[in-house]
Amino acid sequence: MTHAEPLLDVRDLRVTFDIRREGDMPWSPPRLLHAVGGVNFALNPGETLGIVGESGSGKSTLARALIGLVPANGHAIWQDGTDLIGLSPRRMLRYRNDIQMVFQDPLASLNPRMTVGQIIAEPLRTHHPGLSRAEIKTRVKENMERVGLLPNQINRYPHEFSGGQCQRIGIARALIVEPKLIICDEPVSALDVSIQAQVINLLADLQRDLGLALIFIAHDLSVVKHISDRVLVMYLGRVMELAEAQSLYAAPQHPYTQALLSAVPVPDPELERSKTIIPLAGELPSPMSPPSGCVFRTRCPRAQAACAESVPELMGSPTHLTACHFPGKLSEEEVALAVQAEAEPA
Amino acid sequence: MALLDIQDLHVTFQTNDGQVHAVNGINLSLNRGETLGVVGESGSGKSQLAFAVMGLLARNGRAAGSVRFDGQEILNAKPKLLNRIRAEKIAMVFQDPMTSLNPYMRVADQMAEVLVLHQGASKRDAVAESIRMLDAVRIPDARGRARLFPHEFSGGMRQRVMIAMALLCQPDLLIADEPTTALDVTVQAQIMTLLADLQAEFGMAMMLITHDLGVVAGACDRVTVMYGGRIREEGPTDPIFADPAHPYTKGLLAAIPRVDQKGDRLSAIPGSPPNMSNPPPGCAFAPRCDFAMEICVQDRPALAAFAPGRARACHAEISVIREGAAPHDDLPFEAAADEAGALSTPEPEPEIEAGLSTGPATAGPPQERPDDPR
Repeated sequence: MTHAEPLLDVRDLRVTFDIRREGDMPWSPPRLLHAVGGVNFALNPGETLGIVGESGSGKSTLARALIGLVPANGHAIWQDGTDLIGLSPRRMLRYRNDIQMVFQDPLASLNPRMTVGQIIAEPLRTHHPGLSRAEIKTRVKENMERVGLLPNQINRYPHEFSGGQCQRIGIARALIVEPKLIICDEPVSALDVSIQAQVINLLADLQRDLGLALIFIAHDLSVVKHISDRVLVMYLGRVMELAEAQSLYAAPQHPYTQALLSAVPVPDPELERSKTIIPLAGELPSPMSPPSGCVFRTRCPRAQAACAESVPELMGSPTHLTACHFPGKLSEEEVALAVQAEAEPA
Repeated sequence: MALLDIQDLHVTFQTNDGQVHAVNGINLSLNRGETLGVVGESGSGKSQLAFAVMGLLARNGRAAGSVRFDGQEILNAKPKLLNRIRAEKIAMVFQDPMTSLNPYMRVADQMAEVLVLHQGASKRDAVAESIRMLDAVRIPDARGRARLFPHEFSGGMRQRVMIAMALLCQPDLLIADEPTTALDVTVQAQIMTLLADLQAEFGMAMMLITHDLGVVAGACDRVTVMYGGRIREEGPTDPIFADPAHPYTKGLLAAIPRVDQKGDRLSAIPGSPPNMSNPPPGCAFAPRCDFAMEICVQDRPALAAFAPGRARACHAEISVIREGAAPHDDLPFEAAADEAGALSTPEPEPEIEAGLSTGPATAGPPQERPDDPR
C-alpha cells in the first residue's frame, strides 16, 4: 500500500520517563525508563494499523504520545506537514479535532455525573463553540444512532448502561467531531466475547463508511487480526515486526511474533492439544536498563553473539518489515530445544 | 462416587435493588482427577457457583441446595468443618493474584501459615516445604524469592505463587477462577501448561472457571456452559466444540475471533446479558437468540440429556440449531432486553421522567466479593 501522502508519519518516536525516587536529591542522576524507543511507521488515510504487544511493551504510551498526553521526542508528521510532537497545547487543539481516542475501560472513561448527551456533545462544544444547541442535539442523536444506541437514551447516565453500551458511547464521543484518525486503546479487552464481537463489527463498519484511519491497540492477537490492514508488533518499547496483517499471521518472521502467535489459545480442542507453544525464556527485562543490541535477545530461542552487539533495523520488503538479525521461521529443532530448555528446572 | 456433587444449588443476593438470583438450580458432578470447564460471560453466575461451594459468599449472599464433597455435605457447613476442607481438600486460585495475596507478608511466611495452621507443621518445616512447592511451580531461585513480598513479583510469577499456595496441602480438588485472565498470552500459556503438569503429578480434580473457550479447549475433559445462572449445555469437550447443541454455545463459538482462521465479519450475539434481579420468565437467552420461538419467552427449557454424556436446555430442535439460523444482520439497536427481558422494540423510558434510574443495566453479580480485601 503506497500512498503519496501518509496521514501520519511517525519517525523515531521516543518516550522516556524520569522516575526519581522519593528522597532523591535534585542533583542525583536521573533514573530513566525507556517506554518507547525509536518507533517508525507511516499511517495512510483510511487504514487500520493494529499495535500488539504484551503488557509493558509501550503500546499505550505510544498512543498517548501521539496525541500529546505524555511528553515525547522525535517526530509525528501530520498530513499537512505539521509535527505534532512538542506542539503547544493551544496549537495542538486543532489536531485533537482530527485525532480522537477511545479508551480501554468503558465506564471509567465516562464522567459519571454527565448524561450521555452531555458526554457525547462535549468534544463538539470544545472544538466547535459556534454551534447552536439544536444543532448539537441533532448531531448527538445522529451519532448515537450511528453507533447503535437509542437516541431516546440521551438523558441517561453512564452507570445505567452495560459495558458494551458504554464503549459505544465512547465511540460516539470520538466520532462526533468527524476525526480523520481514531486511536483505540484496548477498546474491547474489558468486554465479554459476545459483546466484543459487536464492538469490533461496529468499528469495522464505521471505518468503511466514514473512511477513518484507526490505530487499534490490543494485546489480543486474534482481535487485531480481524480488524487490521497492517500490524505492528512491539516488545519493550521497540518495533519487532511491521507487516500487512495477512502476511504477518501467515508467515511471521520475528521469533517474538512466532512465540506470541503460538501462545494464543484456539477454540478447537484437537488443535489446541496438539500444538507446540514456543516458550519464551525468563521474564520481560526491566525497561530501566534494556538489553544491549536487540532487546528481545535475552528471551529469544535464536539469539547469538551478534544480537548483543547491534540493534537490528526494520528491514525486508515494503509490506513486511522485521527488526531481527536472523529473521525467518523457527525450525522444529529450534523450537524443540527451546521447549527442552524451558522444561529443565532453573 | 463423584468427588464433588452439586444438587440444585441456588445462590441469591439481597441488594438495595432487590433480590439478585445469581445461580438458579445447578446440578454438577466432578470425578477424581477430572477437569471440568465452567464457561460463561460476566454475570452468568460461574464465579458465585465456586464461592458457594467454598463457603465464601458475600455477607448478603445465601446459598441453598446441596453440595457434597466426597459424600459429605459442605454447603452452609460450620466454619470449623469448612476450614478443614478448604485448603486441605479443596483449594482455590483466584483471578487477580495481587489482591489475593497479603501485601504485608513475605511470600514464604504467608505460604508457611497454611501448613502451620492446617497440618500443625513447625515454622521451619513449613517454610522449607513452601520453598519446595515454589520450586515445583517453576519459580526460578525459589529460595531467594520466597523472602520477597508479593509486589516484587510479576503478574505471572504471582499467579504461580497462588498456585503453589493452593497446592501446599495437596488438595483433591482445585477450583481455578479465571486463573489466567489478567495475564499476557505467553504467560497464560505457561500457567496452563503448569496447571496441566501439576494436575497429572498430584492427581487432583480441577474446576476451571473461565470466559475463554480457547483455554477450555486445551485443558478440560468436560465443559459446562452457563448463562443467566443456569446450565445451558454440558458434555465432553470435543463434541461441544465440534457440534454445539445450544444456540448460546454456538453463538459464543462463532463470536470468537481466531488467529488460525480468516473471517471478515464476526458473528456477534445481539443484545446484552440479562439482568438477574429481574430474570425473564422464560429462557434467559431468548431475547438474544436466533432460534427463539414463542414458547421460549413463556416457558423455561429444562436441562435434558440428548446423547450419552451430553445435555442441553433448549426448546429448539437440535437439527434446526445444527443447520444454523438464517443469516440475520446484527440488530441496528442494542435490544432493550437487558431491562425488561422483552424482545427489542424500545419503549419510551418512563423512569427518566421520574428522575430516577432503575439501577444498573449490567447484569448484576453482587457488589462485594468476599476475597476482595479492599
